[in-house]
Amino acid sequence: MATTPETTEQGSAFTGNRQKVAAHLTQNEPLLFEKSSPGKRGYRLPLLDVPAADAAKLLGDAARTEAPELPELSEIEIIRHFTRLSTWNYAIDLGMYPLGSCTMKYNPRVNEFVSRLEGIAEAHPYQPESLSQGALQVLHTLEKALIEITGMDTITLQPAAGAHGEFTGILLTRAYHESKGNPRRKVLIPDSAHGTNPATAAVCGYQVENLRSNQHGMVDIDQLAKQVDDQTAALMLTNPSTIGVFEAEIHKIADVLHSKGALLYMDGANMNALCGKTRPGDFGVDVMHLNLHKTFSTPHGGGGPGSGPVACKKILEPFLPTPVVRENVDGTLRLDYDRPHSVGRVRMFYGNFGMFVRALAYILANGPDGLRQTTEDAVLNANYIRKKLEGYYELPYKTPSMHEVVFSDKKQQARGIKTGDIAKRLIDYGFHPYTVSFPLIVPGALMIEPTESESKEELDLFIDAMQQIAREVEENPLLVLQAPHATRVKRMDETTAARKPILRWKGAPSREPLTVDTAAKEW
Amino acid sequence: MRYLPKSDAERKSMLREIGASSIDDLFASIPGEYRLARDLDIPRQMGESEIVDFFKNAAAQNANGYASFLGAGAYRHYRPVVIDALVQRGEFLTSYTPYQPEITQGTLQAIFEFQTMICELTGMEIANASMYDGSTGAAEAVMMAVRVTGRSSALVAKTVHPEYREVLATYAQHQNIDKQVLSYGEDGRVDLKALDANLTDQTACVLVQSPNFFGVVEDIPAIAEIAHKKGALLIVSIAEAISLGAVRPPREADIVSMEAQSFGVALSYGGPYCGVIAAKEKYLRQMPGRLAGQTVDKDGTRGFVLTLSTREQHIRREKATSNICTNQALVALMATIFMSVYGKEGIRELALQNLAKAQYASQALSQNGAKLLFAASPRFHEFVLVTDEPADAINARLLDDKIIGGLSLQRFYPELGNASLWCATELTTREQIDQTAKLLAGSHSTQPTLVHA
Repeated sequence: MATTPETTEQGSAFTGNRQKVAAHLTQNEPLLFEKSSPGKRGYRLPLLDVPAADAAKLLGDAARTEAPELPELSEIEIIRHFTRLSTWNYAIDLGMYPLGSCTMKYNPRVNEFVSRLEGIAEAHPYQPESLSQGALQVLHTLEKALIEITGMDTITLQPAAGAHGEFTGILLTRAYHESKGNPRRKVLIPDSAHGTNPATAAVCGYQVENLRSNQHGMVDIDQLAKQVDDQTAALMLTNPSTIGVFEAEIHKIADVLHSKGALLYMDGANMNALCGKTRPGDFGVDVMHLNLHKTFSTPHGGGGPGSGPVACKKILEPFLPTPVVRENVDGTLRLDYDRPHSVGRVRMFYGNFGMFVRALAYILANGPDGLRQTTEDAVLNANYIRKKLEGYYELPYKTPSMHEVVFSDKKQQARGIKTGDIAKRLIDYGFHPYTVSFPLIVPGALMIEPTESESKEELDLFIDAMQQIAREVEENPLLVLQAPHATRVKRMDETTAARKPILRWKGAPSREPLTVDTAAKEW
Repeated sequence: MRYLPKSDAERKSMLREIGASSIDDLFASIPGEYRLARDLDIPRQMGESEIVDFFKNAAAQNANGYASFLGAGAYRHYRPVVIDALVQRGEFLTSYTPYQPEITQGTLQAIFEFQTMICELTGMEIANASMYDGSTGAAEAVMMAVRVTGRSSALVAKTVHPEYREVLATYAQHQNIDKQVLSYGEDGRVDLKALDANLTDQTACVLVQSPNFFGVVEDIPAIAEIAHKKGALLIVSIAEAISLGAVRPPREADIVSMEAQSFGVALSYGGPYCGVIAAKEKYLRQMPGRLAGQTVDKDGTRGFVLTLSTREQHIRREKATSNICTNQALVALMATIFMSVYGKEGIRELALQNLAKAQYASQALSQNGAKLLFAASPRFHEFVLVTDEPADAINARLLDDKIIGGLSLQRFYPELGNASLWCATELTTREQIDQTAKLLAGSHSTQPTLVHA
């Protein structure tokens, strides 16, 4: 069936062959609340071995009198509910996930296994240091590895995600300038930057000043020199940039900033293009964050948890968040809270420790040779896609690509088809869409990042799909405009969702018949 | 390298098709002087069995087989095994943020169910998809209150988790938020007179925690009345989500910031956990973080989408309500499954077991010398003991019997003297409590021995 040409209202118009997928039934499943009925149970507590508590007596007015309307279900129903929901998701485990900037690479299962070992999963953050040496060793070993990988001098693992790392990094920057007598006023941010960068600078009390990219999508050094002054705290730069290009004049950028006392902050979202090949600390970066859920393979989990360690140069060391891990003379490890110049704490306890375990397992599985090969394969894959698709989609910047390639929908726009439509049609071919309409400097961007985790076969299927969609745009545009056709739900009414928000289930269980299964329908 | 699905021959053929003579051609844009000409100085590549051994060895150097009375913002509860079985499905584990609703309805519906259950538990009207954790969530809630009221100062109860307060201080320092500490009374609760006296027409919000850091349940209706009289919002932080099975929800609050770690999330040496912000619906537009909403597709089929993203950084950039991007989706899913397993009756039964264990433990441990502080106040499953000796000395001795005692409050509340914070949950057995009580009573008369950290 998968290789049978599909027909549409357009009759003889071209409809691609979907090689990767065939239609397949998924189960319908209502909300938990619609399945609930009183008296069903999915739990059994242990026998209470102390006298039962009288809540009214112990808590008085503070006792809860009405039970919350949580669903009442048996264990099998819970298993089926969430298993059914899971089958409605696309995932790396199903196939290529070419989201540019997001780095959807394979998430090794051994990482999950070791993070669940009892002594690790059950470690309480306040258990005595003498009984936490294993946990501290994980922190310390990961810190050392990340410092070496980035070429920086020191690090904090505390930030909970990339944006939280940015926040921490800019706080360090601010503390550094304050220690010199002036926090300075502004942070420069290229127009190609992630939205988190300006939001972060604002949260840290800085004015955001936009830095326009040059015709190659890179930092315009002359323009930078004009804008950097003694009120500039830092430039927040993503390198390779969001169009996947290495800032070849990075040392000049650093020099311009340093000559005015400003710092170079690197958004490490794209560190997977550099790992083992070059080190930010060597090319002039003062402070940067890493996304362990990107470069170091911790799972995205449908939107978190992430982890955003911040590595920096020695000049920023005094300001690192409290606590830091330090080695005792006898080789044991401790947490050091005595840090008078620290920016403070950015998160309770020590960060997303479970993610450190996974990232370290990934580093150990790779070693220096594996990390380098990983980076090379990621860059190889992106360039292979670029080569195979540049005849089909407009390539706005011809500068050499690293781990991702950004096309635009300029050619397809002539037929009334936008990047978002092509992305939706890609779903019918069995792929997750690429990143749509980002970076903002490319109108109608298609941002494609294959990562190293794709085989040549999977890449070829993707390329084939993209090429066929390009032909569909020419010969059968309606098919693309109305995509996706093969999913459980069609394009969603997002306007109504925002105008009349329904953010929780309300009211009596719905007894409407289940919706017709659209997934199995041929089109 | 076993994670890389390519042979060298394939690499070569791909390079040929690209028109590159070697892989180095593709890195030519990196100036030669910055190219790393050596191996990274990190541990060598390991086999899977070696990796497992490495972490087993690390795990063995942590506490194993100890009875524990630690709580203080990280709670040991039983985690039903179905949670791990379900969240390890690749379709949840290896999926991205659900920006493409057609192929992420599973994650989106689960978030919608999470939001609904959080509203039910907290008595709020809306809830977001999650925040990093309780500490950053509380700080974001304060920033939200500042935006809502247009006022700039915050009154923060000293009974809020000290590390939450430290995080708030870090967040507030560059936003011109003036932060004042609200003291506690003899009963271990917010001092209502001090609250009344410190509120001004510039107070954006009052932040309290309930049950508070001492395990004492605050008088939320009274605090709300005082705060609202001056036009300030009330933010209630909840560090122990299971308390909501037995403790009345803070309906009078304007914003609730909760840590949901207790809902099936491993202690994992402090993270990842799961924060969430819930609030009155009128504050929706100032809510940080992601929100899932119900809608229909073009055929009229019910479905869910991430919505109201015009609040968020990827649209609003420097004008966003927060810089938060990634949140804690998979951990929120754990909490969702946990809440489904226990359900309406189970959450109450579970909370009552915790209440009973703590009641028994607080009585058993406060005989023979140790004094129960704030004894007359309503408590959930934590309590403060004051001893003659420093808690560290007592705890060091308890370790010999494989017991981890309560958290010494020396660092956070030196004014309480030799105080420590103890926690009992459904996993604490009577036998453990009785044995600890016996050791505490026995230690009372012995001399302090060597203190090791």
